[in-house]
Amino acid sequence: MSETGIGATVLRREDRRFISGRGNYVDDVNRPGQVYAHFVRSPHAHADVKSIDTTAAAAADGVVAVLTGADVAADGLGGLPVGWGITSQDGSPMIEPPWPIIAQDRVRYVGEAVAVVIAATRNQAKDAAELVAVDYNPLPAIISTQDSIKDGVPQVWDDAKHNICFDWGFGDADATNDAFAKASHVTTVDLVNQRLIPNAIEPRSSVADFDSSTGEMTLWCTSQGPHAVRLLLGAFVLQQPEHKFRVVSPDVGGGFGSKIYPYAEYATCCWAARRLGVPVKWTAERSESFLTDAHGRDHITKAELALDGDGRFLGLRVSTIANMGAYLSAFAPLIPTYLYATLFAGQYTTPAIFAEVKAVFTNTTPVDAYRGAGRPEATFMLERLIDAAAKEVGVDPVDIRRRNFIAPEAFPYQTPVALLYDSGNYGAALDKALELSDYAGFEARRKASEAAGKLRGIGISTPIEATGAAPSAIAGQLGARAGLYESAEIRFNATGNVTVFSGSHSHGQGHATSFAQVVSDKLGVPYENIEIVEGDTGRVQMGMGTFGSRSLSVGGSAIVKASEKIIEKGKKIAAHLLEASVDDIEFSGGNFAVKGTDKSVNIAEVAFTAYVPHNYPHFTGDPEADKNALEPGLDEQAFFDPLNFNFPYGAYVCEVEVDPDTGVTEVARFTAIDDVGNVINPMIVHGQIQGGVVQGIGQALLENGVYDQGSGQLLSGSYMDYTMPRADNVPNIDSDLTITPCPMNPLGVKGCGEMGTIGSPPAVINAIIDALSGYGVRHLDMPATPQRVWSAIREARPAA
Amino acid sequence: MEIKGEYRIPAPRETVWQALNDADVLRECIPGCESLEKVSDTELTATVKAKVGPVSAKFSGAVTLEDLNPPESYRIAGEGKGGVAGFAKGGAVVHLADDGGETILTYEADAKVGGKIAQIGSRLIQGTARKLADQFFRNFAEKVAPGSTQGENAA
Repeated sequence: MSETGIGATVLRREDRRFISGRGNYVDDVNRPGQVYAHFVRSPHAHADVKSIDTTAAAAADGVVAVLTGADVAADGLGGLPVGWGITSQDGSPMIEPPWPIIAQDRVRYVGEAVAVVIAATRNQAKDAAELVAVDYNPLPAIISTQDSIKDGVPQVWDDAKHNICFDWGFGDADATNDAFAKASHVTTVDLVNQRLIPNAIEPRSSVADFDSSTGEMTLWCTSQGPHAVRLLLGAFVLQQPEHKFRVVSPDVGGGFGSKIYPYAEYATCCWAARRLGVPVKWTAERSESFLTDAHGRDHITKAELALDGDGRFLGLRVSTIANMGAYLSAFAPLIPTYLYATLFAGQYTTPAIFAEVKAVFTNTTPVDAYRGAGRPEATFMLERLIDAAAKEVGVDPVDIRRRNFIAPEAFPYQTPVALLYDSGNYGAALDKALELSDYAGFEARRKASEAAGKLRGIGISTPIEATGAAPSAIAGQLGARAGLYESAEIRFNATGNVTVFSGSHSHGQGHATSFAQVVSDKLGVPYENIEIVEGDTGRVQMGMGTFGSRSLSVGGSAIVKASEKIIEKGKKIAAHLLEASVDDIEFSGGNFAVKGTDKSVNIAEVAFTAYVPHNYPHFTGDPEADKNALEPGLDEQAFFDPLNFNFPYGAYVCEVEVDPDTGVTEVARFTAIDDVGNVINPMIVHGQIQGGVVQGIGQALLENGVYDQGSGQLLSGSYMDYTMPRADNVPNIDSDLTITPCPMNPLGVKGCGEMGTIGSPPAVINAIIDALSGYGVRHLDMPATPQRVWSAIREARPAA
Repeated sequence: MEIKGEYRIPAPRETVWQALNDADVLRECIPGCESLEKVSDTELTATVKAKVGPVSAKFSGAVTLEDLNPPESYRIAGEGKGGVAGFAKGGAVVHLADDGGETILTYEADAKVGGKIAQIGSRLIQGTARKLADQFFRNFAEKVAPGSTQGENAA
């Protein structure tokens, strides 16, 4: 292993730029003559828009234009598209309501745009927005996920009876019911997976510039996948042809899923720039981010587990209501279906599984993928249910998991919920977690806490996740309206350095470093001679972007494929230079050598020869002589569409200390063992996992997107009320890895970006319930705030 | 949300009732009131400047007097739009009881907000509404019977 190749801990080269304030974010992009957009947003959760008077705003200082939904309609713009279709159990398609980029006639959540003011400066746009007079007729709103399907509640869409977008079934209902009929014990839990608000450190932003002389639009926007934005906004909303539409997402400060989607504000900037002939810029304020970034989670679930007399799982039955918000965000239908119920087998051999998911509309901000996207909800359900079952049947939580693990020799393993698991050794990860966490020493630590007046608890979770969604053909059958490949181009320059163009996008994942490590390793080019280019449809050939922990396994594999093509061509050039047969050329460590000789040529010389082809196998026109002829240049492109998802897994152990007088929970220890297959850069992998664990602890203890149930006002709409995890909320996280290479891609890697967020919430909650078990507490909803923990203790404690 | 208060005003009930229906008195007593114009005996238009936590806004809208039961009780209700700050609406049911030539005024107020003012200041609404209601009735008692404010916010 070289110091900068695969497996090396290389400091992230991009961090110098970021920590010295020299990143280039969308808000840093300024175009000559640009003007600023400010959106007028509905203060009502549900209302008819009776009229909008823009006269005073249009006459205000600096105002260029005030545009409303009527202008959107008049210009014939399309609505925001949905990228995945779901079919209900009765065979009917999901309800797909229109979503204009500015509301027309009716608003359906607080924060929905009703007008946009465009002015010379940001402050002029804001001041003029105050003058837009909107006359609303407020309507009753439905907010609660639970109540949304009840009779007589307000309806968000006329087509969606009982507010149901789709009612989806998955798995084998009959086999599952049979399993419950023969069970010796059934455990039931009712769970809430609360609404989360993403909170990327960089707010969303866009700048659009339209060149009327060429008809070319350039959009800079905070996206995790600029090619997808180009396709979706160009084709569905703006009618801006792809070949005349460039989308650039430069440095992006965190996404967590919320920056996948083609947002209305980006489209509005493009439309206004085209209409007004000036560049238009918008950057969200934090308050806007809270209201308009797609939210995450928001499930209500009843889950039942059937067990035999030995604590083995016979069947699993799950019924979930998933809140979509007021409109269907781009991938919203996918999250509580194929990214959720397909994970219900977990790491276990449960033979029969059935899931029912009702997706519902409410008068709230649309909900879509948020770090983990369906898999945290699945894992929380399963790992909480198993712990509850273990308590009920009197089996240790570790033992009940071991009894049901899929054995290491059973791979590839077909689950009853469609997925074919690639590889794994679940017992080994759990062993390592128990050892690293000193599980055996817990009782002594518990007694020490008890002596100090604290309640100590320990919780386990053994999560699995499916990353690098694939393959495109199967996804298409299941409702995907896009492909799931990734592309890469490796371009050698004449002087031997390399530019790599990847369709992935880095917004904190460290691609500039880890992708360069892959290329350095595969091609033997010094690490510092490799540049990674992403996030620009004008430079990068094609891309699907970054989501679902796919960058390395799919995007990295495309890079490997392209490097193989480079080597293949390089061998032919080297064979010519070395006057040998191509079959006798071996490539290793950057050198092409003739087998069994000391004759070799470095790849840099080969690249130089390819661009300065003086001594080169040129075409001559003679078919026989041209069999080994080559075009000049060393520049290869590849697409990779994996055969399957890959399945990282882990074993998490959380130890908490609860103060029974205040309900304050401290995460005392946290151990995360993950198996993400082969590792390119251990430091980046640990960083991803630890960041994910912190985000998961945030969900377990602190974060909650809360609406006023009557009025639909977002109550946790600022950092005064929406509590993000901070350094003092988390312990030093002990993370380590086991390595089971993935057979589904040439790097043998699995995704690591979401594991921490998926595995940690149930470990934390299981630990708190363990700590409170002396009081008979069996259930606690997230976030386990001091108030909730204190109340649970008070309610459970027998009256004194 | 329950906001209640009680004031003893050393003036006859009829005088207090007249004042409660006097636009000039109301204008002077509503905290932050910049204008109040009578449209009819029970309808007025108003502009009020208010601050909830970090959000300050000028609300313009209507004030209405409802459920009139002279000289005993009515409900005074207001609804205003504050531009991008959102909207606010609220009111108070006011009771007047005769007590030996003096008047005991009791009120029960409520408030609702929407938009940015709710997003940023939801936890502060109760306190702000309580403060504004108390200020209004304190101003009112002082106006009707100067030097009389022995009032107490009973909430």
